[in-house]
Amino acid sequence: MDTMRERFAPVVSRILDEDPRVAVVLAEIGKDGFAEARRRHPHRVINVGIREQLLIGAGAGLALTGLRPVVHTFASFLVERPFEQLKLDLGHQDAGAVLVSAAASFDWPAGGYTHMAPGDVALLDTLDGWTVHVPGHPDEAETLLRHAVAAGDDKVYVRLSVQANRQAHAVDGARALTVREGRRGVVVAVGPMLDAVLDATEGLDTTVLYMTTVRPFDAAALRRATGAAGTDVVLVEPYLAGTSTAAAGEALADVPHRVLGLGVGRRELRRYGTVAEHVAAHGLDAGALQKRIGDFVAGA
Amino acid sequence: MTITEGTPRPATHADLPGLMSLMTGDEKHGPAATSTLDVLWVLYDRVLRVSPKRPDDPARDRFLLSKGHGPMAYYAVLAAKGFVPVDWLPGFGSYDSPLGHHPDRTLVPGAEIGSGSLGHGLPLAVGTALGLRAQGLDEPAVWVLVGDAELDEGSNHEAIAFAGAEGLERLHTVVVDNASASHALPGGISARFEAAGWSAVTADGRDHEALHSAFTVAHPGRPHVVVARVEPKSA
Repeated sequence: MDTMRERFAPVVSRILDEDPRVAVVLAEIGKDGFAEARRRHPHRVINVGIREQLLIGAGAGLALTGLRPVVHTFASFLVERPFEQLKLDLGHQDAGAVLVSAAASFDWPAGGYTHMAPGDVALLDTLDGWTVHVPGHPDEAETLLRHAVAAGDDKVYVRLSVQANRQAHAVDGARALTVREGRRGVVVAVGPMLDAVLDATEGLDTTVLYMTTVRPFDAAALRRATGAAGTDVVLVEPYLAGTSTAAAGEALADVPHRVLGLGVGRRELRRYGTVAEHVAAHGLDAGALQKRIGDFVAGA
Repeated sequence: MTITEGTPRPATHADLPGLMSLMTGDEKHGPAATSTLDVLWVLYDRVLRVSPKRPDDPARDRFLLSKGHGPMAYYAVLAAKGFVPVDWLPGFGSYDSPLGHHPDRTLVPGAEIGSGSLGHGLPLAVGTALGLRAQGLDEPAVWVLVGDAELDEGSNHEAIAFAGAEGLERLHTVVVDNASASHALPGGISARFEAAGWSAVTADGRDHEALHSAFTVAHPGRPHVVVARVEPKSA
């Protein structure tokens, strides 16, 4: 299976052929994948060099002229480093863009903390009007990339990762899917966390919702699920633990409820190694999830 | 446009102090009190192809005020040229006014960007020039006004280096230099632009003819910067 990131350049290259409004803006990272597209569209595939403030500022400037910029680099350099550009050049200027990140929370553990961005979605939560897609499979990434580009002048973040589920689901760019129905709690699995969540909840009588569009948060789906499964809610997210706890709390504000937010811990591990080792270190492997989810719903 | 009902005539440079005093309440407010006034006037009066009648014309020139501090001169020029109603000026900075102490593009007719945080205009201008080029709009010029101390912000240097290497001919920067940067070397501003491949001219920022000449110099294949020197801020 290819990775989401390997899918990104071919898909967006086709979109460049189809839609003259689309432009790609890069900061060195990912440029090889767009070499052919750049030959066909030399003025709509732009590499600004290792300049991430300019990456966002120039992307916003393209949008001000009516284009639809697709802006790409690693999550830490796309969201964290030029964060004020996201706030002002896109938000305050009322300009839209599709931001597509790679490397996620710890896709390259041997690269260390400088290339990890578990806080990206939480940071975007401080801003207004962002749609956030977190695909769990390369096919879903393709679908969500197309939704993102087609979303008018919206501000959209697409978070690509090497972590992926075994099979793709029919995601629609907005709603959560019900993957399993139970009567004792609702587990929301975000993007690449689904397989581990399904394995972990095999013997538990819980509903599993699969969410690949986390902003706006599908509050209606969560409320519906609690109708049969009760209002014990576990969120399992591939980025900072608790990122969606407030959104789940808002969805259930008028009913008594309990929420457990699982995800990547805040503490810097200062470890290299493999993705699997980091998943385990953050308690996100199926075995650890089984215990954490099981204890939570049993304690109801 | 008309400044006062009943006396229809085009606004002139001499009207600007009166327009500014509507915002500041200072009757003695002269042009020298604001570093950007003459640069803005020459651009809007003689260089920029923009019109309040066609604010969304894709082929219009773009002027981006990056140095958003002290925007009274900008609002005065926009009022003089008919973009902003004169009767908006006295409300400057109040809750219901579209005119804040930093401009907001969604509120101010004719403002291409909102600014206030320094170092955002040049990257936005680079993107604007790229966007126009990608759409085959080779005529419109993109202008961005920055302050000399604003160039302290590293984001500008990302934009300057890229624009020079890319040969963004339709991109123009005017640096209003009132010697307000704490750490600067004489001649350092134009030298940095030139090192990045820009065409560069330094002019007296109060001399309208000199500014016009500097603004309209040919610069084939290269972006162009005008360093407009005015009285030092500390003087």
